[in-house]
Amino acid sequence: MIAKSKIVLLVALIASCVISRFSKSINPYHLDIIIAIGINITLAVSLNLINGYTGQFSLGHAGFMAVGGYTAAVVTTTFGAKLLPLLGGTENIFAKEVLFLIALFTGGIFAAIAGVLVGAPSLRLKGDYLAIVTLGFGEIIRVLLQNTETVGASRGLTGIPSYTNLFWTFGVAAITVYIVVSLVQSTYGRGFVAVRDDEVAAEAIGINTTRYKIIAFVIGAFFAGIAGGLYGHFKQYLNPEGFGFMRSIEIVVMVILGGMGNTLGVIIAAILLTVLPEVLRPVAEYRMIIYSLLLIMLMLTRPQGLFTWRKKSKPALSA
Amino acid sequence: MIEFLQQLINGLSLGAIYALIALGYTMVYGVLRFINFAHSDIFMLGAFGGFYLAPRLEKIVHLPSFFGATVVMILAMAICAIVGMVIERLAYRPLRKSSKLTVLITAIGVSLFLEYSGQKFFGADPKYFPELIVDTPVLDSAGLTMGKNQLIVLAVTIFLLIALQIVVLKTKIGTAMRAVSFDAQAASLMGINVNTVISFTFGLGSALAGAGGILYAMNYPSIDPLMGVMPGLKAFVAAVLGGIGNIPGAASGGLIIGVVETFVGGSAMSTYRDAIAFAILILILLFKPSGILGKTQIEKV
Repeated sequence: MIAKSKIVLLVALIASCVISRFSKSINPYHLDIIIAIGINITLAVSLNLINGYTGQFSLGHAGFMAVGGYTAAVVTTTFGAKLLPLLGGTENIFAKEVLFLIALFTGGIFAAIAGVLVGAPSLRLKGDYLAIVTLGFGEIIRVLLQNTETVGASRGLTGIPSYTNLFWTFGVAAITVYIVVSLVQSTYGRGFVAVRDDEVAAEAIGINTTRYKIIAFVIGAFFAGIAGGLYGHFKQYLNPEGFGFMRSIEIVVMVILGGMGNTLGVIIAAILLTVLPEVLRPVAEYRMIIYSLLLIMLMLTRPQGLFTWRKKSKPALSA
Repeated sequence: MIEFLQQLINGLSLGAIYALIALGYTMVYGVLRFINFAHSDIFMLGAFGGFYLAPRLEKIVHLPSFFGATVVMILAMAICAIVGMVIERLAYRPLRKSSKLTVLITAIGVSLFLEYSGQKFFGADPKYFPELIVDTPVLDSAGLTMGKNQLIVLAVTIFLLIALQIVVLKTKIGTAMRAVSFDAQAASLMGINVNTVISFTFGLGSALAGAGGILYAMNYPSIDPLMGVMPGLKAFVAAVLGGIGNIPGAASGGLIIGVVETFVGGSAMSTYRDAIAFAILILILLFKPSGILGKTQIEKV
C-alpha cells in the first residue's frame, strides 16, 4: 500500500514537472483555473485531515492560509533581494526556485505555529463551539492583517513576484495528498480516526486525544499556509478581505461535498467546485443561491458526501 | 467622565440590540443544542421588512410616529417569526436525528441562501432605512447626548425581555419550552408536543431578531443583505459569554459585548473593534466555557 502510494507520488511529481514545461502553450485563462484547482486541492485535503479524519470542525482554514500567504510574500519581497545573491544571483535559474521553496516553507511553519495557537486552547471545545472559535481566530487574523502597516494594511500587499507555476502547485498538492493519506493509513495515524469515531473510547484505550488533535491542526495549518504562499505568488497580490469567513466556508464545502475523510472524493470536489463557478458565469447572479441550495439539499439527502459510495461500518459524519 | 458616560450610553444601546439577537441563539440552542447560523440573517430580514413595509403603511398609519413605528415593528416581527418557523420546518426538522455537524452545515447553507437571495432580490447596494421616529435628542446637557432612538432601543429591549421572561416562566408553552430544553425525550413522554415547542421557540427567537433588526436600522440607517453577519457573530459571542441556553445570561452578555466594543471603538485601538468580541470569546472559552451564568455540564458515557 505504502509502496504504491509512493509510486503515485513520484509519478504526480514528474508529471507536474513535465507539464509545467509546456505551460506556455496552455490558454492563460485555463492555466489560471488549473492552478486554482491545484491550490484548492491542497487546501481541501489539508482541511480534510482536521475536519474529516480527526472530526474537529474547523472554520478557520482561510486564516491559516492568510498567515502562510503573507509570510511567504514578505520573505520573497523583503528578504528576496538579500537572499537571491547568496543563492547564486538572479541569473541562476535555481536561485529563484530555492528562494520560493524557502518562502513557502517559512509560510507553512508560521501557519503551523498559528495552528498550535488555535488548536491548543480549542481542544476543550467540541462541535459548534470549536467551529465558532476557529471562525473567531480566522477573523482575528484578518483584523490583525488589516491593521499591520508593513504588509499594506487594508490596501493589501502588492508587488509579489510571480513564482507559482504548475510544477509548484501540483507538486505541493501531490505531497499534501501523499502525506495525509499515508499518515492516516499508518498505525500511528489510525488514532486520528479513533478520535473522530469515539473520543471517550479512544482515550480509554490509551490514545492521547489531545496530541492527535494538535497534530491534526498543525499539519492541516502547515499545508494551508503553503497553499496561501502559492496563492500569493499566483495572484501577485494579497488582501485581508480575501481571507474572510467565506473563503473558509468554500474549503469546508469542498470537504463536505467530497465526503469527510474521503481524500479522493475531496480532490474531485475541489476540482468540481473550482470549475463550477466558471461554468455558472452566464447565470452569475444566481450562482451563490444555487450553491447554497445545493449545500442544503446535499445535507438533507446525502450528508455523507457525494463521492462516498462505500458504506463504512460507522458513517463518517456520525457524532 | 462625560466621555465615559457618553460611551456607556452608546454601548448600552448597541448592546441591547446584541442582546435581542443573542436571545434567539440561546433559546434555539436550549431546545435543539445547535447554533442557528441563519439567525443573523433573520435579523437582516427584520430590517428589510421594515424598509419595505414603511412606505406601504404610510398611507394607513402616520409615519414617522410612535404608533406607526410600533405597527411596522410588530409586522416585521411577525414576518420574521414566520420565516424562522418555515426554515425550521423545511431545513432543520428533517435533520432532527442527524449528527450535529450535518445540522450545523445546513444552518450555514440556509444562512448563505438568505444572504445571497437578499443580494439578488433586495440588491447588494446599501439602502437607506426610512425614518420611523424623528430622532430628537432626549438628553443634551454638559456634552452628554442621548437620541430618542437610543432611548427607544433600551426601552423596547427591556420591555421585550420582561415579556419573554413572563412567557418562559409563567405560561404553559414556556414551561413546555423549559421542559424540552431540560430533556426532550422525557418531555415528549409527558405528552408535550416537542415539534410544536421547537417551532414556537424558533418563532419567538426570530421575532426578537426581527425587532433587533428594526431597532438596529433605526440607529444605523444604512442596511444591506450582509448587515447581519457581524452583529450575528457578536450576538452569538454574547450568548456564549452569558452561558448559552440561559436567557438572562444572553441579555447581560449582549450588553457587555456592546459596551466593551464601543469603548474599544472610542479608544486609540478603534480599528480592532471587530476583533474584540472574538478575543472575549476565546478568553471566556479558555477560562469559563460555561459562561458567566451557565452551568457546567459533565459528559456522560
